Amino acid sequence: MALLLLLAVLDGLAYAAQVFMVAVGLTLIFGVLRVLNVAHGSFFAIGGYVAASLGAAIAAAGFSSALALPALLLASAIVGALLGPLIERLILARIYDKEQVLQLLVTFALFMILEDVQKLIWGVQPIFQDAPVRSLGQVAVGDIVYTVYQLYLLPGVALAVLVGLMWFLRRTLTGRVIVAVTEDREAATALGIDADRVYLFTFTFGVALAALGGALASPTTSLVPGIGVNMIVLSFAVVATAGLGQIEGAALTALLIGLGRSVAVYFAPEFEVVIPYLIMVAVLLVRPHGLFGRPQLRRV
Amino acid sequence: MMPRATIVALLGTVGILAAAALAPWLKFVLTVALAKGLAVMGILLLLRAGQVSFGHALYLSIGAYTVAFLRPAVPDLLVLLPLAAAVALGVGLVIGLFVARYRDIFFGMLNLAFSMVFHSLLEKLYAITKGTDGIRVFRPTVAGFALERLPYEWAVLGLALLLALGLGWLAARFLVSPLGQALVAIKTRETRLEFAGVSARRVLLVAYAASAALGGLAGALLACTTLHVTPHLAYWTQSGELVFIAILGGGGSILGPYLGSVVYELVRVYAAAALPDAWQMVLGAVLLGIILFASRGLWGLYEDLVMRGWRRA
Amino acid sequence: MSEPLLSARGLAIAFGGVRAADGVDLDVAEGEILAIIGPNGAGKTTFINMTTGYLRPQAGRILFGGEDITGLAPRAIVRRGIARSFQIPQLFAEQTVIENVALKVAARRGFWRAFTPLLDHTTASEAMRLLEQVGLAQLATARATELNEGARKLTDVAMAMALEPRLLLMDEPTSGVASAEKFAVMDTLVGALRARRTTAVFVEHDMEVVERYADRVAVWSQGKILVAGPPREVLADPAVLREVIGVETAHAGA
Repeated sequence: MALLLLLAVLDGLAYAAQVFMVAVGLTLIFGVLRVLNVAHGSFFAIGGYVAASLGAAIAAAGFSSALALPALLLASAIVGALLGPLIERLILARIYDKEQVLQLLVTFALFMILEDVQKLIWGVQPIFQDAPVRSLGQVAVGDIVYTVYQLYLLPGVALAVLVGLMWFLRRTLTGRVIVAVTEDREAATALGIDADRVYLFTFTFGVALAALGGALASPTTSLVPGIGVNMIVLSFAVVATAGLGQIEGAALTALLIGLGRSVAVYFAPEFEVVIPYLIMVAVLLVRPHGLFGRPQLRRV
Repeated sequence: MMPRATIVALLGTVGILAAAALAPWLKFVLTVALAKGLAVMGILLLLRAGQVSFGHALYLSIGAYTVAFLRPAVPDLLVLLPLAAAVALGVGLVIGLFVARYRDIFFGMLNLAFSMVFHSLLEKLYAITKGTDGIRVFRPTVAGFALERLPYEWAVLGLALLLALGLGWLAARFLVSPLGQALVAIKTRETRLEFAGVSARRVLLVAYAASAALGGLAGALLACTTLHVTPHLAYWTQSGELVFIAILGGGGSILGPYLGSVVYELVRVYAAAALPDAWQMVLGAVLLGIILFASRGLWGLYEDLVMRGWRRA
Repeated sequence: MSEPLLSARGLAIAFGGVRAADGVDLDVAEGEILAIIGPNGAGKTTFINMTTGYLRPQAGRILFGGEDITGLAPRAIVRRGIARSFQIPQLFAEQTVIENVALKVAARRGFWRAFTPLLDHTTASEAMRLLEQVGLAQLATARATELNEGARKLTDVAMAMALEPRLLLMDEPTSGVASAEKFAVMDTLVGALRARRTTAVFVEHDMEVVERYADRVAVWSQGKILVAGPPREVLADPAVLREVIGVETAHAGA
């Protein structure tokens, strides 16, 4: 019993780390672009697939497996740099002034497209590439032998992303510009801030974060069609529970939901998928704007 | 003189019956199209209020599974269909009480979340639902008659047509009623509705419950047509399909959903078979194209081509 | 004097550091037409927003017909008989003028009809009568987005009147209306109000309009009611001239 609980907590931490990286990109993009990107889960999936392909290529070329870890980072950078600007400039830039329902439909259309792009490139058979996990070995936690990768690396990277992001947003010029645009778009553009560049940068960054989440997840799970959609609804649940636009809140909520889910995996596996949404619905019933969100006065 | 939409609807009815008689394999496709048209009509009600649900497959599957579960106890089609609609309506009211508090992003995504939860329950609670194997539905009786395959198919098609016509007529009336007009007002500025003493939330709840019932009815018809229900009916791709058809058909008329779903199903029969792994991609690309370049959908195109022609003549 | 229809006591609200209301006491008697004047940004619209439930006062109470309505939701307040029009009308853009008004008529008469047209005979004819009263009958089938500002304001007022309120709050009914039409618009409006015996409060910047149409004027300055009384007396008060009108004539002269 205690053993299972410990396992659940360790799994939950590792899982929360992945979810957080997707959710934080989603909430950041929403804060700046005011578009909820339904396709965000697909970037998670594609990040995972690209990382797995890179890993396989490295192994096939006979390079050292120590390269497997940097390859994860490289994968997310590739996905961000390729897909981010392409989608933002080509598609999203056309819809910023449209109604919200149309924005949602457009990103939903993107999501439909990207789901099949995955199937066309990587097929529908599960792909599993665990070289990065093996390269770090295992460690004993009490009576449990756990992978170093999941115990230290995943939560460590997530924590680094959180701290780095807070530092970036508060201490650097670009970060402050992003915050300014988030808080008051019109005032910021009136001050001469180039909103287009901020949008492009933020979106690309968000895509790379989601891809990083996917790349880091790829050695711990089989990549199959549908992981993208599971991730988008889950990360939306995190973002909604935390309150749209809340970054630290997203981290705490990811932890809450990640732990809730992994406890369910061990104790009530049928309800694994239900738990995160139960948490979300319960929170939203009590606090309609999320745990950390503030209500906005509706326009008359 | 009859309104033009009525004439078009009657012509469409004749066309569907003729096509089903001439090419028997089309009966199945057209019944499915009409069933989905009913569900899409529900999506259209929500779109009138500027809201889009990415989770209405929930109601499709609730309707379908209601039929699958109740078929052993309740053998008749004419009882099963209203029962399925009623169950979906009930669930829609409960979930609606929650989601009608939200707009836009939250509305769309909360619906998606509910449908994904239901999908996973359908897959995992094997003892009840038989998981991904699904449940076989034995052909129900129709008004007490146990029909052979051919007359049964005609009966379901006829019933679907009658429902499409009757409920389409009701929905068209709904859209010009105070409630229907208030729905449009939610899209422009709902606080002004509140200053008229009208609860926007309650107005949206009515539309949501109606859309749930329509979804349930559609799902029940699908179950009675395919005679097999699986969790796939609750998957997000099914919700996406409904939204896609709604946008494809266009929101300008209650006929849009039916025009959209007939065209969609006819194309799908060929295209989805040819491109099994790229079908969603094609849909996504067409959806993008419509939103960015032809936002009034097929019905809009039809109006531009035909109606303008009539006026000129 | 009988009990006032609306009675505000000690209303206070601040936005950031700005005290829009800082202990406002104001009574509105049944049947009167009261104008509120004051410098721009003084908090006059805030008073309307608090009375109609859009903003909740941080202190003070609002009584309507003896009942405490402080902090009730807009919907609940509307049902008790307070309607408002807006400085910048936001009509329902996808609907016609008569549909806009009919929605409000329906809101009063029985809204929960799902299968009979909004514009059924009784609703349509009542909406039409209201449009005639504000002189917009010819524009009934125009889209709300096609109207000029004056017509939008009149539509907005007609929509508020459709609720048959006991108290109508109007936020600058003549702003945006061409000055040649100003008196004609107010004649129609006030005529309609008097005919219906509707109590009204309107926020106004135009002193000619105030003098001509208000029974009483309240001067809102620095979050308080400086003085209230008949227009002739109030508008001649040197303190008022300095606080409000002096500023405005200076603007007009500049």
